[in-house]
Amino acid sequence: MVATTAPDIVRTADGVPLKQKLQRVERSRQLKAVGLVMPLLLFIILSFALPILTMLKNAIDDPEDISQVLPATMQALQSWNGQDIPDEAAFAALAADLKQAQKDKTAALVGKRLNYEISGIRSKVIASARKAEKLEAGPYKDAIIAMDPVWGERDTWATIKRADSPWTSFYLLAALDMQRDADNSLESVPAERSIYKTVFVRTFWIAFQVTLATLILGFPVAYLLAKLPTRYSNLLMIFVLLPFWTSLLVRTTAWFVLLQDNGLINEMIQLLHLSSEPVRLIFSRLGTIIAMTHIQLPFTLLPIYSVMKTISPSHVRAARSLGAGPFYAFWRVYFPQTVPGIAAGCLLTFILCLGYYITPALVGGATDQMVSNLVATAINQENNWGKASALGGILLAATLILYSVYNRLVGVDKMKFG
Amino acid sequence: MAGVAALALTLANPASAEDKALTVVSWGGAYQASQQEAYIKPFAKETGTKITEEEYNGEIAKIRAMVEAKAVTWDVVDVDTQTALAACAEGILEPIDYAKIGVDRSKMIGGDQFDCAVPTILYSTIFAYDADKLKDGPKTVADLFDTKKFPGKRALQKNPFINLEWALMADGVATKDLYKVLSTPEGVDRAFKKLDTIKKDVVWWEAGAQTPQLLADGQIVMGSTWNGRIYNAIKNDHKNFVIVWDGQAPDYDLWAIPKGSPRTDLAYQFIAFATKPENQANQTNYISYGPANTEATPHIAPDVLKDLPSAPDNMKNAIIVDPQFWADKGEELRERFNAWLAQ
Repeated sequence: MVATTAPDIVRTADGVPLKQKLQRVERSRQLKAVGLVMPLLLFIILSFALPILTMLKNAIDDPEDISQVLPATMQALQSWNGQDIPDEAAFAALAADLKQAQKDKTAALVGKRLNYEISGIRSKVIASARKAEKLEAGPYKDAIIAMDPVWGERDTWATIKRADSPWTSFYLLAALDMQRDADNSLESVPAERSIYKTVFVRTFWIAFQVTLATLILGFPVAYLLAKLPTRYSNLLMIFVLLPFWTSLLVRTTAWFVLLQDNGLINEMIQLLHLSSEPVRLIFSRLGTIIAMTHIQLPFTLLPIYSVMKTISPSHVRAARSLGAGPFYAFWRVYFPQTVPGIAAGCLLTFILCLGYYITPALVGGATDQMVSNLVATAINQENNWGKASALGGILLAATLILYSVYNRLVGVDKMKFG
Repeated sequence: MAGVAALALTLANPASAEDKALTVVSWGGAYQASQQEAYIKPFAKETGTKITEEEYNGEIAKIRAMVEAKAVTWDVVDVDTQTALAACAEGILEPIDYAKIGVDRSKMIGGDQFDCAVPTILYSTIFAYDADKLKDGPKTVADLFDTKKFPGKRALQKNPFINLEWALMADGVATKDLYKVLSTPEGVDRAFKKLDTIKKDVVWWEAGAQTPQLLADGQIVMGSTWNGRIYNAIKNDHKNFVIVWDGQAPDYDLWAIPKGSPRTDLAYQFIAFATKPENQANQTNYISYGPANTEATPHIAPDVLKDLPSAPDNMKNAIIVDPQFWADKGEELRERFNAWLAQ
């Protein structure tokens, strides 16, 4: 009765109200928990979240922000109607900007950025900047067009005007085989340059095929492993794990050797008179899928196995005793319980497959290259990080969408890794 | 006291060795091995510098990332001409002061074209075949495209570079007109159309070491690569490979210093050492790439000279690569090439 009246609060021995004391203890416990999680959280933020955010930013950020290099030109182009060649004022601004760019050695940046959209303009811009240095007083229009006819084209000016914001949809569009024409409306790139859509579809298709192959091969093995007595299953498990512990590069190279025209597999085929000439295994889609399936098999198999281990054999026994046939008992009682493992294994394999790079590059042919190979080309050869980021961003978005659809169908809470 | 001094000395020694450390980056394989023998080992011995070597595949992105992060760990990098031009224009390489190299710029092949890199060797993209397997081998670029006369796979670089030039040559364009034709959309179409004729017979390589391997394995009947790789297979692995010099595409490699390297002075010293005529000539003993320093030629043994891309006999129908053309059009052509491959 005492505790219910307001002035008489329950206090601890040192006179602090019990509620406060409890809160304090709770808080310190929470702080400890946060403190324990903090290193991992920081690590994930620094090594995972930040790079991904940077990548997403790069995909829409114009790394060659030429509005910094051509400020006056951008200013002058604001009033441009976009139809005719700009007036004298814009050319005068361009001349001033180019002179400054030549001094700051930033003209190459303008050339590089414009060259993404107008191929071949790079050297013209750099050469114009060099010539602009010697330009005396105006009128500039004819003088600049005389330096290079490219300045008399509407497309050049439209491209410059479009680049006036530090943000751009250019790279994302390029990664979807789209571009903007001189009127700023969307259009598909010419068929002979269109590649990215095909490669995205191909990447998902290869990932799907490999996932299916690992499931078909892995499920029976997982079942066998789960059923066998431990001393046999441990031995078999070694066969699954041994390749799993070998480097991806080593295994890919091994397949490179095996799949060759005069490699082991082809020699066996000819020895058994299955074919009179070497079968095309290497530099083909078949080779890519075989090698990727081999590498991915444990990723699908192990989650299925670990779920199967937890399924009580009494369930199937009960079904059998109630009159179910062996297949019926397996299909209606056993199989549904393995679904969380299948879901986990397949999702893991599918997502890992989307990022394959070395295997298709070594074992696959020209028509087996996946998105990662294009990302590598954009970064290493073209030095076009915007495009690489856009490709990565689209792949990430597609993966997330797929994951959410999957979540709707299967339910992530049902997924078990063991 | 003596003990303290000795301790101080042992402490000081590693520190000074640390000061004289340099990271040199090149393309690996037989090429980097030749640089080790001709430049890296002698330079380390002469100056007491501890040289760390790294390999790369021309990924300009790695240099750019270092420069942007202001954490430059590569001090001297062997770059190709396209990288030298692009990276210089983007300001990620130190401009070169030729006075510090101690060589007359006009004596360096192509020296006048590059502000941020010093030419070091003249290599060539060629194609080759295995004479053990092919008695009457290809003689011209046209033979490379002739699948009737030479049935079987051929290896080509997974890059439009030189392949487009060869396609036009095989289609009857004279070497001196190649870039004039290739600058027009019709010319590009024509090159791709010619490539179409051998598309299904091509194995595309990405690393230069692949072609000698594929040839040795009998996976291909002929293949393109850099001439030094084939020479190395002939000389060291005793393969009976034959280089076809028709339509060879000589180009150079250059030494560059990434911007912001904390060891610029030492990097200059190394480049100066590697540019000396005697040292340049010495490199030809290990790989058949021509020295970029023209003053090195008198120091080269005659039997080595005939295998260099620059030997007059080999230069008869050579393509003079236009790096400016590739800097301008490379991106578009690569994009189209990749799209063409994917079809």
